[in-house]
Amino acid sequence: MIPASFDYHSPQTLDEALAFLQSHPDDAKVLSGGQSLLPLLKLRLGSAGHLVDIGRIPGLEYIKEESGVLKIGGRTRESALEHSELIQTKYPLLAETAAVIADPLVRNMATVGGNLAHGDPANDHPATMLALRAEVVATGPNGTRTIPIDQFFLGLFATALAPDEILTEIRIPVPPVRSGGSYVKLERKVGDFATAASAVQVTLGAGGEITSAGIALTNAGPTPLRAADAEQFLIGKQPSADVIAEAAQRAAAIATPSADRRGAVEYKRQMARVLTGRALKAAIDWAKEH
Amino acid sequence: MSQHQIKVKVNGTDQKAEVESRLLLVHLLRETLSMTGTHIGCDTTHCGACTVLLDGMPVKSCTILAVQADGREVRTVEGLEQDGKLHAIQNGFHQEHGLQCGFCTPGMMITSSALLDRNPDPSEAQIRQAISGNLCRCTGYVNIIKSVQHAAAALRQPVEAGELVAK
Repeated sequence: MIPASFDYHSPQTLDEALAFLQSHPDDAKVLSGGQSLLPLLKLRLGSAGHLVDIGRIPGLEYIKEESGVLKIGGRTRESALEHSELIQTKYPLLAETAAVIADPLVRNMATVGGNLAHGDPANDHPATMLALRAEVVATGPNGTRTIPIDQFFLGLFATALAPDEILTEIRIPVPPVRSGGSYVKLERKVGDFATAASAVQVTLGAGGEITSAGIALTNAGPTPLRAADAEQFLIGKQPSADVIAEAAQRAAAIATPSADRRGAVEYKRQMARVLTGRALKAAIDWAKEH
Repeated sequence: MSQHQIKVKVNGTDQKAEVESRLLLVHLLRETLSMTGTHIGCDTTHCGACTVLLDGMPVKSCTILAVQADGREVRTVEGLEQDGKLHAIQNGFHQEHGLQCGFCTPGMMITSSALLDRNPDPSEAQIRQAISGNLCRCTGYVNIIKSVQHAAAALRQPVEAGELVAK
């Protein structure tokens, strides 16, 4: 399949890219790893007059902790995240998410920023970033602004990014001690979108009680969904099978999935419940050990 | 529509071409450069038949623009054989019957060769994980796993690998 015609641009600096986006507000798209955008263009579900490839701009690929914040460059590849020792040892939710995005070949091109900026509720990082209470840094012609993740996803394929902005960084608070996370995804086969998936991040207090909880669902509605009621329920509770089951039930209650070849609405909602329970248990187990 | 003069190093040889923005890397290889070893399967980023190495990393060439490869290095199945000798991974697929129809084989071998470059002694689980983006509809994967294990063993003992090729 051949995409419809477009012009391709490969700016060497961020300023050059931003200037181009500003002068073409209606028909330019940012090309990062291209693993969502190029299939859309090939299937002609989308079109663009201009593609602005940010792949040759230096300084957009990094994973580092700085003053209490984990900073991930917008163009960081999923495979870099997956194999990062820092991520594997301190951020199990991110590591488990990166390992189930598409397949290993796609992850060598696909980027974390692209996964978020695409605005697809079936993508895996959106729920993960909700659970981690991340912030997104958008760079535009007038400088940078920071967008809390809860204000980033506006609708199906719609985000808070302006047409002349580029997602340059993701910021995640470094988790306190006794924190853990897990991403549990049900997929028909490697590379498929989630039938259902749940992202969980928790922190335990000195007495073992849950002091903070982040829970979000993938592919359960037009945007990734934060399970706020389930999160609230957990605060101050001692983890137990009953508590986990109740939280999972409350998380699944917010799911509004669509029926498709991956399953019926009720099946997907039940899977959201089961997977949230498993993710909670794994996250709590990790938090107890770290 | 823009046209671009690009230079891509394919299997060690500099190749120059004038391409349309929308030309895919797999079409540059197969049609512009007449290197048809890289296959097009699903054309939707699922099957991995079009896998090539881009700067050493296995990627799906149906989901990369040819202009994105400008100034970079590509290795295809044609680049596995060196000086008339099969690469250990090719020999492994031969010895262990790692193919039936052969359609997925170029992608399987390219992905596997990249795995062995960074992990000379992979477990079966690591091999299965590495090729999880490459689909095979004939073998049930069992002989593909054996082929990669055969190649890994041969690469760990380069002298014996040479003897195997000579047979």
